[in-house]
This record gives sequence, structure tokens and C-alpha cells, in this order.
Amino acid sequence: MIEKPVSVPGFAQFIKAQATRRAVLGGVGATGIAAFLAACGTSAGTKSGTAAGATVTDLSEKDKTLIVSNWPLYIDVDSKNQSDHPSIDGFTAKTGAKVTYTEDVSDNNVFFGKVRNQLAAGQATGRDLIVLTDWMAARLVRLGWVEKVDKANVPNVTAHLRQALKSPSWDANRDYSAPWQSGFSLIAYNEHVTKPVKDIDELFTRPDLKGKVTLLTEMRDTVGLVLLSLGKSPSNFTNDDFNAAMAKIQKAVDSGQVRKFTGNEYAPDLAKGNIAACIAWSGDVVQLQFKDPKIKYAVPDAGITLWSDNMLIPNKAAHKKNAEAWMNYYYDPAIAAQVAAYVNYICPVDGAQAEAEKIDPKLAKNQLIFPSAETLSKSHIFMGLDAATEKTYQDAFSKVSGG
Amino acid sequence: MRTRRWLPYALLIPGILWLAIFFIAPMFNLGATSLYDPNGSLDTGYRMTFHVANYGDALSQYYPQFLRSFSYAGIATISALIIAYPLAYAIAFKSGRWKNFLLVLVIAPFFTSFLVRTLAWTAILGDNSTFVHFLHTIHLLGPQGRILATPVAVITGLTYNFLPFMTLPLYASLEKIDPRLIEASSDLYASAFTGFRKVTVPLSLPGVVAGTLLTFIPASGDYINATLLGQGARTSMIGNVIDSAFLVRLAYPLAAALSFMLMAAIVGIVIFYIRRAGTEELV
Repeated sequence: MIEKPVSVPGFAQFIKAQATRRAVLGGVGATGIAAFLAACGTSAGTKSGTAAGATVTDLSEKDKTLIVSNWPLYIDVDSKNQSDHPSIDGFTAKTGAKVTYTEDVSDNNVFFGKVRNQLAAGQATGRDLIVLTDWMAARLVRLGWVEKVDKANVPNVTAHLRQALKSPSWDANRDYSAPWQSGFSLIAYNEHVTKPVKDIDELFTRPDLKGKVTLLTEMRDTVGLVLLSLGKSPSNFTNDDFNAAMAKIQKAVDSGQVRKFTGNEYAPDLAKGNIAACIAWSGDVVQLQFKDPKIKYAVPDAGITLWSDNMLIPNKAAHKKNAEAWMNYYYDPAIAAQVAAYVNYICPVDGAQAEAEKIDPKLAKNQLIFPSAETLSKSHIFMGLDAATEKTYQDAFSKVSGG
Repeated sequence: MRTRRWLPYALLIPGILWLAIFFIAPMFNLGATSLYDPNGSLDTGYRMTFHVANYGDALSQYYPQFLRSFSYAGIATISALIIAYPLAYAIAFKSGRWKNFLLVLVIAPFFTSFLVRTLAWTAILGDNSTFVHFLHTIHLLGPQGRILATPVAVITGLTYNFLPFMTLPLYASLEKIDPRLIEASSDLYASAFTGFRKVTVPLSLPGVVAGTLLTFIPASGDYINATLLGQGARTSMIGNVIDSAFLVRLAYPLAAALSFMLMAAIVGIVIFYIRRAGTEELV
């Protein structure tokens, strides 16, 4: 794990200012535009992220507010007023902190593009808590762009975080993150147009599915399931394993079996029957089943992947303590059950299932929200990748998926 | 008299500032990024090494997507012209009191978002749609055949989305034509078709040129249609490659080099086209 250097703000800023001044002087000097371009390179993310000091004075006590960025449809809503979130009202009542809750994370990559410049330059993003998927969270941790959570402020997280999620390779002690919700990547199919599809090999070769299969553009979800179908574990695999998985995907694409690679937009296509089967996210399946029980899912014997969207506190967050209070609050099993009743993903909080039983026994039985130990034992977390490997894999995958 | 000399320049200041901040500065930044060391990453930083080879690498890897973008955009532009010309002609000359209403209808699609309009086509062209069933019935499509997730769907989407940009300039130039000129041609024993060919078409050329440019340029850079209606790698356009290079692969130098080449190629094609059309004085 990355140890953050102790920041000495005054000194670091002095060095930085000198560098900038030199760059500008070079630009206007006789060497002209070439020299200006030469000064254009960017410095390493890890250093510049912390150079100006990762933390600022925490305003939590004085300024009782909290700014949260989350994905759409990822929290409970009042049945009468869609823009009211009862659990947030509960948080405000309990802590006195007013919450600005924005659903402005719709894509990990796009959100990263939105905050990258500020975080790289050591500036505030104007957010106290953001929610990002494992691999993107891993990238921010690696770059030193997120703050360490003070464990003393989050006893509920320590006590109630599900065992299966306690130590991802990229944040082994959960020092920087806490899962908001988790999910499986598995196979989904539409029973109106096809008979059951039980594993990746059927998905990739069955003639009646030709041109009616989609895979996900999210590299880890698609490659993870294919690795499993080859008998390899996504939590620990070699370059050769990755290449074998890519070759298998390429073959299915070349044969015309795979129609295309998609993000969330596979859901309406599956519902309409434009595609018969696909790799899908568990929450979407729950949602689709709600409208049409003929949408089914399959957990291949080879296994499925488990991922989480994680709460993180970006550098320079002005209300760090309030953000920690938020993490702690949502790890109260009763509150977690309240959210689980509205959100269709896996609840990462132990004890929430018993609480959910009180709200709706059917909810507590849903394998895609409160999975059994058996289902969980089939699930694997994709391993953390270093920057160079991530780029190599992503480049290879983009070639096949069409980016 | 002294005031007059600087006044025009003073009036230019807002425009120049706007261009400097929102066009020249980003272009400069993009140009610099395209010359960074391609082995850089966010962890190590990007060094400026004047790596001109980025351009060669990008072109040799992605020329198929460039060619595909320009051919899709070209076919979409020609289809849009074929659809829009009679439409604009009818609105300009034959619509009578319906003229304003029809013009509103041409613009109406802009009232909803580009994304939603494109998504609507996934329903129209879907495998279980009436349209596709009809094509199956008349055997224009084989039993396994489909429209959605094919190049045809992408080009249809491009044609549809940029049709108003073709129709409006055509309408504007057709509407300006003095009907007496067409009357004169028939007085001189020209048939209706000859009159159309020798009078209407030449006079509407400025609209044709403006319309084709307004359609071709955004269509070549578009990536939404290929994403939603296409078939992944087989239909990916240069916009898809740039989008993924910037956002997913974090290959900033590659993405910047591709963006620059796309701009250069479009400027080249446009200059060639305007020269060939011999309409420098018209646009």
C-alpha cells in the first residue's frame, strides 16, 4: 500500500511555484514555442497529488454539511416524493449535517475525466465522498488521490463489513475505502426467445444464440467470467491466462456469435429480445425481473465475479469527519436494510439480512441482494493491476471490443 | 476620426478573447499532448519528448477507422441530400400556407436530446420490430438477418440525425430563387426538367455546399450512432477510438494525435471539395 509522505505544505508549494515560473520564463524566452511545449509535460500523479498537501483543515465541526457524489438510483427514495431520501433525512437528524446528494457518477471513466485535473494538481474537487468501482478506486488509491479513513470514526464498518469484501488486493485493510453496494457479473437470458443458457461456453458457441449475445465493455467483468470458464481465477492469473481469455473472446466475436459490447444499454435490448443472452450486472437483472419474470440469470459452475462500488474521500475534502460519519451511519444494519429495500445490488453489511426480514421477507431471500454463503463461495474479485499491466490489458481488450 | 481607427479592433476583442480561451489554448494543449512520450502514465507523469512518431503510429494502427468514418459520413451525406432536396423543394415552392408548420417539423427533433433520438432508432430497427418483420416477409433479409448492430443501422442513424442540417440550408437557398427565372426558362421552350436542371439546381448550389459540409463534418466525428446502433469493432468510427483512448485507455498522446489528424483530414477534404465544386464565391 502507498504510504503518503508527510506533507510540508509551505516547502512543497515553494518548489512547485519555482518549477512553474521556470516553465513560463522558458516559454517567453528566445527559445520560443518549442521550449514552451517542452515545459508542457505533466508531473507524476502520485507526487503532485500530495505535493501541495492532501488534507485541508477539516471544516466538519464548524460547517455542518456533506457533499456526496453517487450513481443514479443507488439510494432509497420516498414513495411519495422521488427526490426525498428517507435515510439521508435520518442522517441529518442524527448528526446535524446537511447533505448535498448528487447523482453525478454515471460512468467510472467519465467521472475520472471530470475530477482528474483537480486531483492531479492537488486541488479540491468540491466533494467530500465519492463512490467508484473497485478498479477505479484502486487507481485513485494507487495515485494517492484519496484520504485515509480514520478507523476510530467508523466502528460500524469494522464490525459489519461482509467477510468476502474485507480485503481486496488494492486496499487490503480497507484503509481508504468502504463498499457502498456490491454486485455480481453473471449470465442473463430472456426466456421468451431462448432456452436456458448455463455457462460461458454455451454463450460463446451455441448456434441458436448467434448474433444474439452481448458482452460488457467493462474489461474486468467480461474477461473475469471468461477466465473462470478457462479454469483460471480472476483474483490471480498470468499474462498467458489473459491472452488465452482474449483469444477465446476474439473467436466468439469473429464467428459472429457476439453481437456487440455494451455498457448499461444491454438491459432494454435484453428485455425486448433483440439479444437473447448476455453478461449482465446482477442489479439490472433484479430490476428486469421485476417487470418480466421471464428474464432469468445463471450462475455458471465455473464461478462469477464479485465487484463493489466503494465510498472514498477525495484529497482536500473539506468535511472529512462528516464523510466518515456517513460511512459509519450506512453500516448500521437497520439503515443498510432500508437502502437494500430500494437498491437492487448486494448489500455489503452483515446483519442487514435480519433487518430486511422485518421489512419484507421476500427481499431477505433474494440471492442477488442477500446471497447465500454458497453463491458467495463461487464469486471472485478481480485482482488489482499496476498501471502498465492495466494499460496493456485495456489496449488489447479495446481492440476486440471496438474502442 | 481617430476613434474610428481603433473601434473595429476594440469590437473584435470579445470574439478574439473567446477564441483564444476556448479554441487556441485547448488546441495548443492538445498539440502538446500529442507529442508527449507515449510510455507515460498518470503514475509517472507525461514527459514532453517531441515524439512525432505518435502520429505515424496512430495512423498505421487506425487508418481503417478513419476510412470507415469518412465512408459512413460520405454515404450518410449523399443519402441526406437525396432525402432533403425534394423535401426542401416542396417546402420552398409547394407548401403554401403550411410552410411555417413544415419548417417547425424539420426543426422539431432538436427539441429532444440527440441521445434519446438515437436510442429511439434501436426500437425502430430492433430484431422484433415491425420494420424488420416486414423485411423478413418480403425476403429482403434472410431468416438470420438483422438491421440493428450493422453498418446499415449506423449510416441510417447518421443520416437521420444530421438531416435538418442538410434541409435548412437547402430550403434557404431554394426559397430565395426568383420564380420569374423559372418562368423565363419555360418561355424559352425549356422543358420542366431542363428548367430545373439549368436554373433551379445551379441557383441552389450554395445550399447544397453548405448542407453537405454541415452534414459531413459532424458525421465524420460522431461516435454515438456507432456506439448505440453499431456492432462494436466492426463498425467503430474514429470518434469511438478517440473516446476510448482518452477515457478508458488513458492513452492521451495517442488520442490527441488522432484528434489532430481528424481535424486536418476534414479541413483537407473540405478545401478539396470547395475547390472542386468551384463555389468559393458562394460560401
